[in-house]
Amino acid sequence: MILTIARKEFRSLFATPSTWIILGALQFIFAWFFLARLDAFLQVQTQFAQLLNAPGATQSVASPVLGTVAFILLMLVPVFTMRLIAEERRNQTLVLLMAAPVASREIILGKFLGLFLFMSLIIVASVIMLLTLALGTPLDFGLLVTNALGLLLLSASYIALGLYFSTLTTQPIVAATSTLAALFGLWLIDAAGSSTSMTLKALSPTLHFQSFNAGLLLSQDFAYFLLFTAACLLLAIRRLHNSRVYG
Amino acid sequence: MSAQITLNAQNLTRRLGSREVIRNISLQLRQGEVLGLLGHNGAGKSTTMQLLAGVLIPHSGQIEICGIDLALEPARAKACIGYLPETPPLYRDMRVDDYLIYAARLHRMPRAKIAESLSVAKDRCGLQDAGRKIIGTLSKGYQQRVGIAQAIIHQPEVVILDEPTVGLDPAQIRDIRTLIRELGNAHSVILSTHLLSEVENICDRVEIMQRGQFIYGDTSVRMQALGHQAGFVVTLLAPPDLAVLSAVPGVINVRALSATRFKILHATEANTAEALLTLSAQQGWQAQQLTPLYGNLEDAFVNITQNEQFSKHEKT
Repeated sequence: MILTIARKEFRSLFATPSTWIILGALQFIFAWFFLARLDAFLQVQTQFAQLLNAPGATQSVASPVLGTVAFILLMLVPVFTMRLIAEERRNQTLVLLMAAPVASREIILGKFLGLFLFMSLIIVASVIMLLTLALGTPLDFGLLVTNALGLLLLSASYIALGLYFSTLTTQPIVAATSTLAALFGLWLIDAAGSSTSMTLKALSPTLHFQSFNAGLLLSQDFAYFLLFTAACLLLAIRRLHNSRVYG
Repeated sequence: MSAQITLNAQNLTRRLGSREVIRNISLQLRQGEVLGLLGHNGAGKSTTMQLLAGVLIPHSGQIEICGIDLALEPARAKACIGYLPETPPLYRDMRVDDYLIYAARLHRMPRAKIAESLSVAKDRCGLQDAGRKIIGTLSKGYQQRVGIAQAIIHQPEVVILDEPTVGLDPAQIRDIRTLIRELGNAHSVILSTHLLSEVENICDRVEIMQRGQFIYGDTSVRMQALGHQAGFVVTLLAPPDLAVLSAVPGVINVRALSATRFKILHATEANTAEALLTLSAQQGWQAQQLTPLYGNLEDAFVNITQNEQFSKHEKT
């Protein structure tokens, strides 16, 4: 049942032209960053050659580009999550799911999975673009895989948060802006400089992504993302169930 | 009445804040029965239907669908319900076929059966040619049909339709009424409506709601007879004295509406119309037109709801 909903969600994304436009524009932006980084790398490459243990192409091109992808996800995810529940509420199509023999849990997980699949598509596409580097230089595949994994976990947590905000309202725009505000706030905690205490910083998803970005697999980061995602999904399920009780 | 009970609701209550919007409603539905839910706007019809369809959860009370408790085993119970809300829950950018298949999947239909029941549902709702069309491009009437098809595609025991004919043209209304009548033969149907003629035409039973309570329930035929006096209006071009008319067997009351038109009330069992026409032929009264007075549901409905209001006022 979860898969039925996820499939429908995934397919309905591709039914609208705006999705294709966004996908195209994103790929263009990623390519732009990629070329800019590559250009910069080529200029300093000769100096790197004199260094012992110089950073390779993966570290100086791929990682920063994927770091940018992570930042763009922050603005991208709310655009997609806002529709999940809020728009169905507004169009009064949510009743179809509520009246069907489907538990609130299955509705939320189905919606989450559908969008997560879509986001992984974007992430995989950007990683494939970086793989073209392999034509000219040996690549550090381990670093690429850790980065991709980090991005997947990051997008999962963003989607879960956006999904929760989407269950709170009937207005997709309200859902989008509040998700964006929350994600931006979480990013600020990390970016606001050294004065913020480390405990507070630990709340920020971007901080935990940074270790993936540097090629580190830390169990604490895994735990953070899984907990964050699970907590938001549980809240969303709870909220959806409450709408049956309180109307 | 030995038909199987398909829906059994006991003492449903639902609150909005501290206000009770549904008060202690009990309802039973048997297989092959069409029940009409009548009431003013805001009487609680839609809320009741949402409770029965499992969209909302009652604050107290119990609902059983085909003997399965809706609160304890929602998945199994809901598979036996088809529900069409006030606004049909349609994804405007989907094709009709895709949408109906999705609805069937959501209702846990086995994959192998879906293709067959898709064509059955489309046949029943007159959607044979609309399968490839995108729902958003369909007219309101067709969208309503897709909504109904969605509610019956998994062949549920209980079909709940919230104002199924709103916004349709007369021909479509007639089609959908025929469809509901057909559904009523095999399944149980609950429908809510403002249109009293709809209830007169297709419902076996009527429940009238006011302020979240059922205030009257009976077969629709008996409800029509409620407070109704048998009689007719007759036009006689050469009328006799009123006294002569009053003497016709069975006549209770005669009133002259004009020089030639008379409103005659008579005892329910007596065959007064025929007696009067025979007399008219013998005596040369030149009878022209005879219109029976129909008891209509509208009068009965107004009577019932007003009486209820009055009795409320007396109590307070």
